[in-house]
Amino acid sequence: MSQLITTPNMADPDGLYASLLAAHRGLTEAESHAMNARLVLVLANHIGDRRVLDQALALAREGTGPAG
Amino acid sequence: MPYDHKPFDYVAPRGLTEVEPRHPVVIIGAGPIGLAMAVELANHGVPSVVLDDNNVVSVGSRAICWSKRALEVLDRLGVGQACVAKGVTWKVGRTFHREAEVFSFDLLPEDGHKMPAFVNLQQYRVEEYLVARALAVGTDLRWKNRVTAVDQHADHAVLTVETPDGSYALEATWVIACDGARSPIRAMLGLEFEGELFEERFLIADIEMQADFPSERLFWFEPTFHTGQSALLHKQPDNIYRIDLQLGWDADPEVEKLPERIIPRIEKVVGRRDFTLDWTSIYTFQCRRLRKFVHDRVIFAGDSAHLVSPFGARGGNSGLQDVDALGWRLAAVVQGRAPEKALAAYDRERTFGADENLMNSSRSTRFMSPAHGVERLFRDAVLDLAGRAEFARPMVNSGRLSKPCVYPLNAPDDARLPDGARPGSVAPDAPQGDGWLIDRLGGRFVLVAFGEAPEVPGLPVIRPQPNAAVIRRWLASEVTGLYLIRPDQIVAARWVEATSEDVAAALAAAWEGRT
Repeated sequence: MSQLITTPNMADPDGLYASLLAAHRGLTEAESHAMNARLVLVLANHIGDRRVLDQALALAREGTGPAG
Repeated sequence: MPYDHKPFDYVAPRGLTEVEPRHPVVIIGAGPIGLAMAVELANHGVPSVVLDDNNVVSVGSRAICWSKRALEVLDRLGVGQACVAKGVTWKVGRTFHREAEVFSFDLLPEDGHKMPAFVNLQQYRVEEYLVARALAVGTDLRWKNRVTAVDQHADHAVLTVETPDGSYALEATWVIACDGARSPIRAMLGLEFEGELFEERFLIADIEMQADFPSERLFWFEPTFHTGQSALLHKQPDNIYRIDLQLGWDADPEVEKLPERIIPRIEKVVGRRDFTLDWTSIYTFQCRRLRKFVHDRVIFAGDSAHLVSPFGARGGNSGLQDVDALGWRLAAVVQGRAPEKALAAYDRERTFGADENLMNSSRSTRFMSPAHGVERLFRDAVLDLAGRAEFARPMVNSGRLSKPCVYPLNAPDDARLPDGARPGSVAPDAPQGDGWLIDRLGGRFVLVAFGEAPEVPGLPVIRPQPNAAVIRRWLASEVTGLYLIRPDQIVAARWVEATSEDVAAALAAAWEGRT
């Protein structure tokens, strides 16, 4: 069974961070939210493994408001 | 031609002038579920009385999409062929976003089944056929008989029934409440109908017109002809089309019902052409169910027990599956062949089925009618991506159409046999010469055998011709197999090899409702 990777797993984290910001440049806040939603769906499909995705959802949700 | 609603004759019931003997079963409501229930019980040798507060079949098309499983049940009741012959057979659904097709589905991608994936047929037609059938099997059908009170006793219930000639008391060992979404019986018993109401309204209209729309289910998200909302088009027999239009929660149902509001909207869907408006209705989306379907002597089936939002064809079809799961058990209890606790299995199986329907229906509703904020954000993201990325297409949810659930039975199983025929599933159909395997199953327990069949007293053995479809659906790569099939055509247990004792034990467990 796969586990969510929570240790560094990218060769160039700064580069990815910069690409994320660049992809959103020039968008309104609403457009950025919409793009993020699409991005989540695209990445979720690429990962495909529900177990990993559920762990990712839990990690992302952690500490924000009451448990969902 | 619009349907000609001929009223049925009210006849003053015996109970007005004499005390009627206690009836084994009284069914309340002569809708499709109540009528099907009466025919199913009669097929098992149990007569029933059916009470209805009205004297005509349904007004408006209402339930129109009859699933393969529902058609198999109707066929066993003797009206399936009539439904298929009259109805519009379809299996493909197409979903559009604005003008582009973003998702399509084929509900029966392989041949070799007696019944098609879906038939569209107005509820009033199905009721008409069932009324004729119920009368033919000797059902005591009483129109204009309205139940005003239910009194439960230890081993029976007493109904107070109002007629045009006054009221009378009617005793029944069992009462089946098939009195619909707003079930007065549910209210009389003070039962809570738990669940969700969604803030959404839809307009439904039956229109009559000459047109050549395909026999497919067409659904649009945000069509150009109905900005920002959604729409559905279904073809029915007799040149009748059903159109469902999303209105939103702010719409005033009284205003939206006016023909001058409806006609321009429909013209946008079908173009400017001659059509007549046959029937319209406005509904809200609800997903609710009773916590239990069996309440002492009163048993709930159909919409009185569970209510789902539309677009999944899960209302009428799930009601017929209630009939399927209840009929043989209640008949056996009435005839003393099974203990009363067997009815707990009806409750268990159909609340499970209801939950699956409610889950699917709630998910579709959330997609069609997302709340402001993040629900809307993801819904729009899926629709947007679906146009250019294949992966997003199956996420487009315009309704997941009714398929029978697989009951979670605690019964002997062998995973070497095909998954699609595991215990709890509907026994798979397959061609058999000029006929069908499904026709040899149902009405009684049978043992379907491939290879040697152990002998169990009173259990007939069915030996299908092993053609390619039979082997694929029943055996996979095994050469022997034994399937115990229930009277409702559900697989009760299965083995690659078994002894008489194994089969007899599974049979007893199924009768007693222990699986």
